Amino acid sequence: MNTTTTDAGASPSTDGRKIGDVILDVQGISLAFGGVKALTDISFNVREHEVRAIIGPNGAGKSSMLNCINGVYTPQKGTITFRGKTFGHMNSRQVAEMGIARTFQNLALFKGMNVIDNLMSGRNLKMKTNLFQQAFRLGAAQREEEEHRAFVEHIIDFLEIQAYRKTPVGRLPYGLQKRVDLGRALAMEPQVLLLDEPMAGMNVEEKQDMCRFVLDVNDEFGTTIVLIEHDMSVVMDISDRVVVLDYGKKIGDGTPDEVRSNEDVISAYLGTSH
Amino acid sequence: MGFFLETLIGGLMTGMLYSLVALGFVLIFKASGVFNFAQGAMVLFAALAMARFSEWIPKWMGFDSKVLANILAFAVAMLLMVAVAWLVERLVLGKLVNQEGITLLMATLGITYFLDGFGQTLFGSEIYKIDVGLPKDPMFLLEGMFQGGILVNKEDLYAAAMAASLVILLSLFFRYTATGRALRAVADDHQAAQSIGIPLKRIWVIVWSVAGFVALVAGVIWGSKLGVQFSLSLVALKALPVVILGGLTSVPGAIIGGLIIGVGEKVSEVYLGPTLGGGIEIWFGYVLVLFVLLVRPQGLYGEKIIDRV
Amino acid sequence: MLYRENGQFKTSYRADQQVFPITQDRAAIGLLLALAVFAVPMVADEYAFRAILIPFLILSLAALGLNILVGYCGQVSLGTGAFMAVGAYAAYNFMVRIEGMPLIFALLLGGACATLVGVLFGIPSLRIKGLYLAVATLAAQFFVDWTFLRISWFTNNSTSGSVSVSDLSFFGIPINTPETKYLFCLAIVVVFAIAAKNLVRSHIGREWMAIRDMDVAAAVIGIRPVYAKLTAFAVSSFIVGVAGALWAFVHLGSWEPAAFSIDRSFQLLFMIIIGGLGSIMGSFFGAAFIVVLPIFLNQFLPAAGAVVGVDISTAMVAHAELMIFGGLIVFFLIVEPHGLARLWSTAKEKLRLWPFPH
Repeated sequence: MNTTTTDAGASPSTDGRKIGDVILDVQGISLAFGGVKALTDISFNVREHEVRAIIGPNGAGKSSMLNCINGVYTPQKGTITFRGKTFGHMNSRQVAEMGIARTFQNLALFKGMNVIDNLMSGRNLKMKTNLFQQAFRLGAAQREEEEHRAFVEHIIDFLEIQAYRKTPVGRLPYGLQKRVDLGRALAMEPQVLLLDEPMAGMNVEEKQDMCRFVLDVNDEFGTTIVLIEHDMSVVMDISDRVVVLDYGKKIGDGTPDEVRSNEDVISAYLGTSH
Repeated sequence: MGFFLETLIGGLMTGMLYSLVALGFVLIFKASGVFNFAQGAMVLFAALAMARFSEWIPKWMGFDSKVLANILAFAVAMLLMVAVAWLVERLVLGKLVNQEGITLLMATLGITYFLDGFGQTLFGSEIYKIDVGLPKDPMFLLEGMFQGGILVNKEDLYAAAMAASLVILLSLFFRYTATGRALRAVADDHQAAQSIGIPLKRIWVIVWSVAGFVALVAGVIWGSKLGVQFSLSLVALKALPVVILGGLTSVPGAIIGGLIIGVGEKVSEVYLGPTLGGGIEIWFGYVLVLFVLLVRPQGLYGEKIIDRV
Repeated sequence: MLYRENGQFKTSYRADQQVFPITQDRAAIGLLLALAVFAVPMVADEYAFRAILIPFLILSLAALGLNILVGYCGQVSLGTGAFMAVGAYAAYNFMVRIEGMPLIFALLLGGACATLVGVLFGIPSLRIKGLYLAVATLAAQFFVDWTFLRISWFTNNSTSGSVSVSDLSFFGIPINTPETKYLFCLAIVVVFAIAAKNLVRSHIGREWMAIRDMDVAAAVIGIRPVYAKLTAFAVSSFIVGVAGALWAFVHLGSWEPAAFSIDRSFQLLFMIIIGGLGSIMGSFFGAAFIVVLPIFLNQFLPAAGAVVGVDISTAMVAHAELMIFGGLIVFFLIVEPHGLARLWSTAKEKLRLWPFPH
């Protein structure tokens, strides 16, 4: 079953990373759109520095879960606790300020801008000059632009997209756009990175590259990763713990091996005979 | 009290006429997703055609009957509107299929300027009369209850009745006919509609022709009231708040919106106007819509816009 | 051959971030400015100043302001005429009611008032989007039209809303000849253009473009839609207000509310669509096109008619103008929906390769 091999980061249990305490705790989240129940009473936690996967068949509510964490959707019931602070619903800006960043399933890149500008937009929380300084490029504004450009260039190096800096993102092939999406999230220097199907639509080499990037981020910066992914081999390989959703309900929670042998999970994916 | 009723009724009827113009907007938006700024210019163009042909046809064909002249003029004007619809689809819409909303909006603005100029080139730029036999005298209702009775303009009454029947006809058309269903499918999703075999181009020509028909009726009614002149195309600017208030995609919304704005304008002008210095009709409708939108950003009956990420 | 970037390597981010990174571009802009400042006043006659150059400069400024709101931030506004009017009448009031008010301050204060009104009418953009917003902005247009017509305090109690100014001077230098008016406008436009370009390439500019491209994603990376949209309205209205004041003071001299009617709003919108949404340079291209076109048609059509032996009256020219104008808009939208600015950058791309085909 293992067709994907990853270069960096050996299997999670043998490297020197210490998985810390619970950093993000989701309690009893229920979300409905009119009559459609997207999520029902979901609870799970995420520990610092770990790679947590969320899996499940299509329509299980995985993206909706991330959207609740980011403040895009407001759940009807339940709370989210981040570093000890509990919220009934999240405000997108607050979430970003707290250090939670994400990528999107359908790519939410800013199509009108080039790669550098997209990545720089991820730095906006750290840019503090006012309108007047910006309008006349006074010293502080110029220095700020250069400083953050230097930071963004590190990300460009890391993701190996130097040749595409000035290209409008709309013109890039899909795989590269996904990298820019990841880059923009990384530009926020997040503590928690929510990745929504980062490897969707990629071939084997592209998936290897993406796995490498994700694991490097987790290794080098200690960023906690929450990952929605369909490719089972990737999930089993790189995650520390897995949550399984089906039709908006949680049906499994544990290490990859535990989840792999869970009856409910198997029947959700393969169907049961009646 | 009698005066208030008069104002109210006057407002309702003006509102009905706004609805008629608004209907053209809603039709085109419903079926092609295009906000047709040129609707006002279409009203003017249709009215000009009607006015001039009703003059010219008797001269060309050498007869005297006004009724026959009007009927023929109407038919010719309608044909002209179908031709306009076809040309618009061919030269403009067909080429701008995948562009964003603002591009299409600007294109319809371009069509507005073009039709304005073209209409005046073809038909002349003076004030012309339309006379379809609508009675112009006033009538007095409920003379027993209120002193002097309530003044109601017969012409407005006939016009409102015509507008109402047209609206009902169109609603039924959309609901119960196959073409109506096809139009609604196209409005929802062009590509999906195409993929099940609905002929997009033909549908668009049909829709713009129906909108042209609505414009013609509106043109005849307004033209007979105000005379056919350039300012007729500005009626569209009056109808815009109606369209937005009702929600861009709703035919009943256009009617209710029209009635609300018609009444609101008249009542506010009469009762609020003097304190504010008069002439508040020009912005009342718009400011009203602004406040409604703050509470319901999609209008009264429009579809809610949900952003998916 | 001429337009090669060979050998122009950037060794610092600062150099890479310049507005005109290519030397040939810098030279061209420098030359253009030099010509504008020195050559034009020597060569142009009064008609050229009055009918072409000054309207072009002032309307470019207004188009620039509108482009920031519509092109960079994606908020469609059909009420620009109203903000120009606020700028004009506010500047007028400051000028007339305060003894010894310098012209430049009156203009800037006019812009500031336009900013306040702009932010007020920008608040709906926080809830309302797209076409609904466009129509809501018309409320500003019609309300402001009415205000300056009916509330006589604003117009110093003139009955028809018409007012006038005279004896303009810039810190002692009188601005009363076409040349001085032109140079005054040129100076203001250049300063604002530089400021605008700086804004759109800084982080506020990226915030605006993020809101335009995908506002939900923008919120997730920490951009506040409220701040971004309202600053867009504020900056845009300021620029448009100053342009309105300039239009009234320098170009018209005496004016009434009709000078800033909905036709003006549409005219500005056409300028930025034809010139190129989201492009500073495009605002100038669009303004030039729209200013020059009617003049061109006015001369060309009767002459063309005379050649063919057809007598074209002024009324016919007016109608033909409408038709050609409308037709050209549609043509442009079909051929190049991103406007003249895109045509220009495509031409430059080809020029980079010239004389080689690829």
